[in-house]
Formats: sequence, C-alpha cells, structure tokens
Amino acid sequence: MSKTTSQELLSKFNMDEIMNCMHCGFCLPACPTYRETGLESHSPRGRIALMKGVATSQLSVDPEFEKNMYACLGCRACETACPAGVPYGSLVETAREVVEDNKKSEATPPFLRQLVFDKVFPYPERMQALGTALWAAQSAGLQTMANKTGLINILPRELAEMQQAVDKIASPRERKQREKVMKAEGKAALKIGMFTGCIMDVMFFETNQATARLLTKAGCEVVFVENQVCCGALHAHAGEKEGAVELAKRNMEAFERAGVDFVVNNAGGCGAALKEYHHWFHDDPEWKERAMAFVSKVRDANELLAELPPLTFSKPLNVRVTYQDSCHLAHGQGVRNQPRQLLRSIPGVELIEMTGADSCCGSAGIYNITNFDMSMQILDGKMEHVKETKARVIVTSNPGCLLQMKKGIMRAGLEGQMEAVHIMDLLARAL
Amino acid sequence: MLDTEIRKKLSAIVGEKYLLDTPNELYAYSYDATPIHQAMPDAVAMPGSVEEVSAVLRLANVHGIPIIPRGSGTNLAGGTIPVEGGIVMNMNRFNRIYEIDKQNLTATLGPGVVTADLHQAVEAEGLFYPPDPGSMRISTVGGNMAQCAGGMRGLKYGVTKDYILGLEYVLPSGEVLRCGGKNMKDVAGYDMTRLMVGSEGTLGVITEITVKLLPLPETKRTLVAYYTNLVDAAKTVETVIASKIIPATIEFLDQSTMKVVDDFAKLGLPLEMKSMLLIEQDGPEELVVRDMERIAEIARQQGAAEVKLAQTAEEGAKLLAARRSALAALSRLRPTTILEDATVPRSRLAEMVEEVERIAEKYQVQICTFGHAGDGNLHPTCMTDERDKEEIHRVEQAFEEIFHAAIRLGGTITGEHGVGMAKRNYLDLKVGAGGIELMKRIKAAFDPNNIMNPGKMFASSGRRRVVVKR
Repeated sequence: MSKTTSQELLSKFNMDEIMNCMHCGFCLPACPTYRETGLESHSPRGRIALMKGVATSQLSVDPEFEKNMYACLGCRACETACPAGVPYGSLVETAREVVEDNKKSEATPPFLRQLVFDKVFPYPERMQALGTALWAAQSAGLQTMANKTGLINILPRELAEMQQAVDKIASPRERKQREKVMKAEGKAALKIGMFTGCIMDVMFFETNQATARLLTKAGCEVVFVENQVCCGALHAHAGEKEGAVELAKRNMEAFERAGVDFVVNNAGGCGAALKEYHHWFHDDPEWKERAMAFVSKVRDANELLAELPPLTFSKPLNVRVTYQDSCHLAHGQGVRNQPRQLLRSIPGVELIEMTGADSCCGSAGIYNITNFDMSMQILDGKMEHVKETKARVIVTSNPGCLLQMKKGIMRAGLEGQMEAVHIMDLLARAL
Repeated sequence: MLDTEIRKKLSAIVGEKYLLDTPNELYAYSYDATPIHQAMPDAVAMPGSVEEVSAVLRLANVHGIPIIPRGSGTNLAGGTIPVEGGIVMNMNRFNRIYEIDKQNLTATLGPGVVTADLHQAVEAEGLFYPPDPGSMRISTVGGNMAQCAGGMRGLKYGVTKDYILGLEYVLPSGEVLRCGGKNMKDVAGYDMTRLMVGSEGTLGVITEITVKLLPLPETKRTLVAYYTNLVDAAKTVETVIASKIIPATIEFLDQSTMKVVDDFAKLGLPLEMKSMLLIEQDGPEELVVRDMERIAEIARQQGAAEVKLAQTAEEGAKLLAARRSALAALSRLRPTTILEDATVPRSRLAEMVEEVERIAEKYQVQICTFGHAGDGNLHPTCMTDERDKEEIHRVEQAFEEIFHAAIRLGGTITGEHGVGMAKRNYLDLKVGAGGIELMKRIKAAFDPNNIMNPGKMFASSGRRRVVVKR
C-alpha cells in the first residue's frame, strides 16, 4: 500500500474545525505540556497548526509529527479554555489515526501495541485473565521478589515504575462471586446498568462494588450488564478508530438488551468516551441514532448520586481531603461541582481545594507509560500543590488518575501519611 | 535553513536544547495570533541570559540574519511573523520577577514574565500594575512593552507606556545598554525608554524591564447597561466623562458580540438588546459607590433600557472575563476572524460606530464591533473565510475605508495592537511621508543592517519572502 495522499489527508481532517482555531493562544496557559516545556509545538495551538501543516501537505506524517501528537496528554483542558469552541480532543484523535494509518501502510505495528489493542482490551475474559495473573503474582509475593531481585528490570522501565502503584487485586473467586443484580434498598426508583470498565473491573473491582452499593442505598436497582466490553476510549485516543467503533457497537447492544434507565460508570475517561459514541458514527445513520439514545442515558456516578436523594452516612470520617479532577470528567463532561458536593456531604470531611485541581496529573490513559518522563515531571508539580493543602486524602474519579496519584505519593515520600482514594470508595467508607 | 557553520555557532551560544530547527518546530513559530499571515523562520533560539542574547545578535548582525523577538505570540498585527525568515528569538526563559520594591513602588522583571503572573505577584503585596490587555493570561510583559499594549483599564490608568520606567536592552551590535530606572523624574537626554516602548522589536531586544506600580485600589464595582440602539450607549460614555467621572473601564459590545460572548460564558444576557456597556470603577468604597450611582443615573437618562449593578466581585469579574473572550468567541461564527483597533477621540465614538456599520453594509462584509469605548478604541471585527479570495478582497477594502474614516475623525489607524505587517501600508495616513522617513532614520541608527524584525512597521523592504500558501 502506498503512503496516504494529500487528498486523503485533507478529507480525514475536519478542516472547518481546524480553521476555527484562530491561534489566539488562550489555550497555552491551560496546557500542562506547554507549561512544562514552553514550546509552541507542545501547545494545543501548536499541535493544531501542525495538523493544518499536514492536512495541507506542508508537513509530512513523519516520526516528528507522531512524537508531537503523542506528546499531548489528551486532557482537554484546552477545550475548557477555548472561547472559539474548537473540539481539540477529536482533532488530536484524528491526527493519531492519520499517524497510525500511515504506519500500517508501511510496516507491521509494534508487538506490544498490537498485543494490547487487538488482543487484550477487546476481550473481557482476557482482561480477567490478565487480572488473575496479576493477582497470582501479587499473592505469591512475586512483586516483592521481582522488586528485590531486579527481575523487574526485564520489564520496560515505564511499566515497572507504574506497576509499583498497583494495589492488591481482587481474587478471581471474589470477582466470580459477584451478584449480577443488586436490589435497591427500599422501593427501586431506577434501574441502573453498571458500566464496569475493563481496567476498573480488574484493578479496582472493589470500587465498582462500592459504587453499586451507594446506588442501591440511593434507591436504585443495579445490574452488572453482561457482555459489555472496554469503552474504546484508549483505542480512540491512540488512533485505533476501527477498533473503538466495534467496541462501541457491542456495548450499545449489551445495554439495549438490559433495558436500563441509566448507564452509570465511575471512570471519567470511560464516561467521556461513552458520551461521545454518537460522534463515532458520522457515516452510519442507523448506528448514530442508536448511539444518541445510548448517550442520553450515560451518567457518571457522581452526576447521578448528586441528583438522587442525599445518602445517609453513619460514620464520620474526620479527615482533610483534596480533590483532583479527572480531566475527562471535568473538561470532557463538565462534571465539576457534583463530586465536590458529595465530598462535602460526608460528615467530618473537610475539602480543601488545591491550586490547579483541574489541571492534568500526567496519567492521561497510557501516557504515563508512553511518555514516562514528561508524565512524572507533571506529577511532581502536582504533588507540590497537593502538599500545600495538607490533606491526608487525595480523592479522584478515574482509575488512571488514582494510580498516578498513588505513584505521586510514593515519589513525594509521603507513604503512610497520605493516601489516594477513588471518591466512590471514600463515600462507601462513611456509609 | 541556516548555514551549517552559523548553526554550529548558534548552538554553541544557546545550547542545542534551546535551538529548534526541525520542520515541526519551525512551523510552530510561523504564525502568531494574526489571521492569514504566515512565514517560516530558519531557526528558533531560546536564549537564557543577556550574554546569550548579545552573542546571538552579534552573530546575526555579522551575517545579516533577521532576528524576530517573540514572547507568547499573541499579537494581532503580524508583529512576530518571520516574514523574511531568520531567527525567532523566543524570550520566554526570561520569566522571573527579580524584585518588587515597596519603597519605590516598582517591579523589575524579565520580559518573558506573563502579564497576569505579574498582576498576581504584585497584588499579593497590595500593589497594582494596571495594564491588562485582553491576552494578559498568555501574553508577556516584554511583548506588551514591544507593542505598547493597552487594555480595559486604559481610560483611567493609561497604557503600557505609562508604566515602563526603565529597561535593559541589546543592540544588534551586541552592545548592552540601560535606559531609565526607578526614578520618577529623569530628563537625562532623549527618553530612550519611551522610544523602545512600542518599537515592535525593530530596534533591539529587551532583556529587563522596570515597571511602575500603584497601590491596589481598595474596592471595585461593575455595572452593565443595555440599550436598544448604539447611539445611546455612545452618548452615555460621553456624558459620564463630561460629568468629570473617570471610570476604570467602559467597554462596549454590540448585539452580535453579545450573542457569541453569552454563548461561551453563559451569562444570560438579554440578547434582544442592540448594545451594552460594561462599566467598572475602582477606588475607596464611598467614592466607588457614589460614582456608580451617578453613572447608573446618567445611563438611564441617556436611554438605557436596563441598568444592573453586579452584586458580587465574582459577578463583576465574570462579566469582564467574558468581555475578554469576545474576540475568540466571535471566531465561532466563521473560520477567519480579523480584528482591527481603529481609535478616535472619545467624543467621536458614536460617529465612528456608525461609519463602521455603513462600511460593512457597503462592502457586504460581516463586522461586529466591541471595544474600549472609554478610550474611543474600537475593535471592528470581521468574520470571514481566508479561503474565499474574493471576500477577503472586500474585507481589505472595508478595513482600508475604516482606517480613512478614523483618520478623518481625528483618530488613528491603530490604538493598541501596533503596525506590524497588518497596517504597515497605512502608517503614512497617520504620520505622513516625513514621519516615516524620520522613523526609518531612527531605525537605521539602532540597526544599520536592518536585521531587527524586518518587514514590520514600514511598507515592504523589498526582500519579501513567499508567504506560506495553503
């Protein structure tokens, strides 16, 4: 196959949206990578200019362009800052799609990338198997052994660094024993389909259970819908649009069959993707319509709990906390007040805002593995703001952020003095 | 591309990390916030000290390589487009505030400090740096100084030039000079400080700035007045000032601007109104309350349909922030947004607003108007599409006529954005052929080899590079 022609490139990029960026620069101070580097090429304005350069054949789709497109966290803080309403998130996804398509046409994809995107994420049972393997390794003390013996060095440094932050994973038996339906306390007012998420359900199984418990307390019947798969966000962010679309279809079918009032998730990143399914089917009117119906039912757990009758708590927590926004919850879904409101409703919780709470922590999906150094630079800056609050708990609303903040606590040498907790787990602790 | 030997020398001066010349990096410095204009530099250098700036300038001067000083690239007149190629000198590593002097009420800082960061730092000490251009959260003080940026507080507090007390600057020869300082009075020789302010990077490179500070006003209040036509708003401005009240800010928005701003900031503006004024006063509590009452009364007398006082400081701040987003928000309407800043004496404001409407009608182009009504500084903004050559031609004709109208009313072609590339062909309207000649001779005294930001301020110097084509 030959390289993508300029005509093909032009048709891929949404030129009207690219032109809508008037390069005013309002996005620069909102962009974590620009703040770290001071480089125009590491700013949203710069990246859109580079896309325009590629779309008009003034620049080529080469390794430098690829590096610049993947240096973006995809946090979308620039969308909040942009008065012109440029949908940067979808532009950068298209740019990555162009990069990946271009590579596919000339060489075989790297083994690890193919393994992850084609062979693991699309298959829940394989995610489960991966989880089981991790659980086994942890239980057998392999993690400690690996850490001690230097066995860990055979893993790429980035993976090795990040896996240190992974908590103990639920055993396969615990995961299998989960009830498929959890009854509402009192009369069920709503029927909720839990979107469990692929990573969430393996690495943060307990958080999903806590979320379901909170919802039942608030008068919902919770169904763990069968045959659901990964939301497709990681695929879409990484330019694997085809894979993302397939996953979206399977999820819509699964939740349509379940006949629920709302599709609830507790991962900001997944939620933002689920709420954008209708944008993934521009050329397919039938699926687009189904996607619009699906999207209208998607809620973040914070969003729904804030609307339902207030939860009754029985255990005051007496702790100072700070909240780290999930980028895709705050900038992607506009959910900012609800988690704060829920935190303030817990007896004994004192919420202290940190500077730049809605600025990315550097986790950004798999960014902390693909761009480890930049990610850690951003994280270290974030931890300085966390320290200023003197909080004992950093609360987050997304698994990636949670892992990253755990890593941040380790890097800042604050283990034992501070913990990172998913908001649903903290709420459940006070029940 | 730079010659290999020159590149090697440049890298030795600033360090390889701070020398950018790959295709993506060059492309990312081929534009600023000005629509349409674009041209590639040969390299981007990010010096970290005055010694490095001096060495880069010496090198460039010997080889006749253009130098384009740059802050955050938010200017709207094409001031930082490398139209003749050369080295973009990005000054954002000079981003430290060296001193806030509470006895002399000055601050000394690097030109790469972001304006809003300076605001924050001095306000934490109870002090005040008034210039607040629309881009203040992004733009640098060095860039503001080079363009003599204005802002929304110009009416009462003046503009950037009124706050620059002293500078350290480097000539193309590499010589490092100082002018002004912390003295409130200083008449030793020509006022080089004033000359450097607004020189648009055509004379030398600024490496340190000393600014004047004021005590932070005790309180401020914001008021909005809505009108069913344009003229009553203009009359309100004239009457307020004729009544010897000088508010800190009087901003004007027409209906189309109100619509887009409301869409972005969700303020719930009454969109059936034809125009609105946003008025802010600061100072001691009693004075502010008294002024605001009188201003509200004048607005009503002049025909305002509704006058509303912001209830809290946050509400006021939100209104002003929304106004700051007007330009970018307007860009939602069409792909290309061209903003100008023709300015007239404030007593001619109503006439100018009417002229703009007439001209837009005549050339069949879409122009929204907002701006600093208290300063007579309007921002007629044209929404167009740079891909439509025929329409762009009409837009150019319309703006040319707007410039002529401003001059006829005793105004100027640019109030606060600068000449740059966008208005270099119109400078003679304001300063005359003799004025241009004298300015060119001043430039030659500073920069005999014409390496400092060539192609700006004065009509083409002949060596024009092909503008990047779409």
